[in-house]
Amino acid sequence: MANGSVVSAARPAGVISRLAKHKPAVFGALVILGIVAAAILAPMIAPFAPDDQMFDGLTLEGAPMPPDGKFLMGTDLLGRDLFSRILYGARTSLVIGVVANGLALLIGTLVGLTAGYFGGWISAVLMRLTDLMMAFPALLLAICLAAIFQPSLWIVALVIALVNWVQTARVIYAETTAIAARDFIAAERTLGAGTGRILFRHILPHLMPTIIVWGTLGISTTVLLEATLSFLGVGVQPPTPSWGNIIFENQTYFQSAPWLVFIPGAAIILLALAFNLVGDALRDVLDPTQRGRA
Amino acid sequence: MAAYLARRLVQSVLILLGVSLITFLLLYVLPADPVRQIAGRSATPETVENIRRQLGLDQPFLVQYGRYLWGLLHGDMGRSYLQKTEVAALVASRLPATLLLMLGAILSELVIGLSMGIAAAVWRGKWPDQVLMMTSFITVSAPQFVVSLLMLYVFAVQLRWFPIGGYGTFAHLVLPALTLGILGSGWYARMMRSSMIDVLRTDFIRTARAKGLSRSRVVLRHGLPNAILPVIAMIGIDIGIFMGGIVVVESVFGWPGIGQLAWQAIQRVDIPIIMGVTLVSACAIVLGNLLADVLAPFIDPRIKLR
Repeated sequence: MANGSVVSAARPAGVISRLAKHKPAVFGALVILGIVAAAILAPMIAPFAPDDQMFDGLTLEGAPMPPDGKFLMGTDLLGRDLFSRILYGARTSLVIGVVANGLALLIGTLVGLTAGYFGGWISAVLMRLTDLMMAFPALLLAICLAAIFQPSLWIVALVIALVNWVQTARVIYAETTAIAARDFIAAERTLGAGTGRILFRHILPHLMPTIIVWGTLGISTTVLLEATLSFLGVGVQPPTPSWGNIIFENQTYFQSAPWLVFIPGAAIILLALAFNLVGDALRDVLDPTQRGRA
Repeated sequence: MAAYLARRLVQSVLILLGVSLITFLLLYVLPADPVRQIAGRSATPETVENIRRQLGLDQPFLVQYGRYLWGLLHGDMGRSYLQKTEVAALVASRLPATLLLMLGAILSELVIGLSMGIAAAVWRGKWPDQVLMMTSFITVSAPQFVVSLLMLYVFAVQLRWFPIGGYGTFAHLVLPALTLGILGSGWYARMMRSSMIDVLRTDFIRTARAKGLSRSRVVLRHGLPNAILPVIAMIGIDIGIFMGGIVVVESVFGWPGIGQLAWQAIQRVDIPIIMGVTLVSACAIVLGNLLADVLAPFIDPRIKLR
């Protein structure tokens, strides 16, 4: 990723100073930083262990405790501290967000790059495959796969990647065909540059802005999909806390203990929103053709 | 036009064939065994083998898939493993509920989204625009189940204005349709805003204003009919998005459509139903995209179908 050519393509210093003027993006970046810090420092910040079922964590009737001085966000149906579980849940969301989205980005970029550069039957086959994937009811497919495999963190990430690479592939494909047709690529080929060199040293750097934008926006899609799968009980499995499965576990209490549903719900929205805001601002800054349009 | 349509229809059939093949293959290779589900835990190996043979699940993959396609050609989507009912009949009985929800959802998306978009365009750059665009970002960042539960908590549990779930009357439709409407509105709002801004920049709008017409009249009578067209063309795509997310909303609200049918079938590994719902949803997605493409040149004559 840290390629010298990216610097020339997008000038990071300029990008960051322009992003800094974009208030929603600054807010998004701060939220992301905050959540990442919370995830990393979870063992230090969390007042209790996330899976500690505490004796005084339930009321005398056995119901969850509302938020108070000891349990900042209340407790869940098993008497575990919700605040601690939310902190550890941030790890799950971020790990899946980064791994699944990275994988989707990798598949999408490889498919789009290959189809766009080689054209001919390779592109025909690959792009018909993406057309096919576009026609799939994605969530249904993901639920089906996740339900039938025994879901673990990595299976969930894999399922999400398999469903989410299509958009990236289409965008990268369109850009690669445009770049591959330009004179400097023909010149490189005449100079004797090999296919691999052209693809990775000359075309890929030009795709970096797109990859960065889609990578950022994609994390938000991934976080939402993970939360949805976990909410349906086919995603990350308890006792590993995930914001989605906290809601799944506690939804029977949602009338009497709404904080158990709406605090993790708010956390999911906040994280997805943050990545959407930063991604959208990045698109404005990195893609001159889009500037001033929205 | 006719040639284009014919070619697109052939493509659509091929895509659906591909979807059926991949889904069938996935369900074939996955480790879940439907026969175990049907036979129960205490079944003897002989019973299990008998059921397997009866369902034709002992046959090689291509034979099974061929039989399935042959059935599809004759309008037969197979029988549910557990309910013993025809899948086609099950889907047909659930489809009206899903279509009703789709209608309600798209109507509320349009009403909420278009009003947001128009307001944002009119106050472009001012605080209402910023607030509305931030709202549209929040709606695209919110998972369906959280908003569904929030709507249920506020309007069904606390205010008791609407039933907490189920199907039958108009009151049952309001919450699920409104939930989808709020979630989808951000998308329409952003499209409507940029389309309206483009239209408001044109000369005929300036002429209308110069003629002395009021601002609201210019926006609603002259701007809106022009700005709305590109947004309307997107409804086809939206049908696909709707179909993609139907499982969650229908499960949370207890809405007896094909999404709920699919969710119940997935939990019981009832493969013919999963296949059936996947194909029907894929059909809707493909048709929706086709609709969007076919409508485009009517809305913008510069677009030529190739």
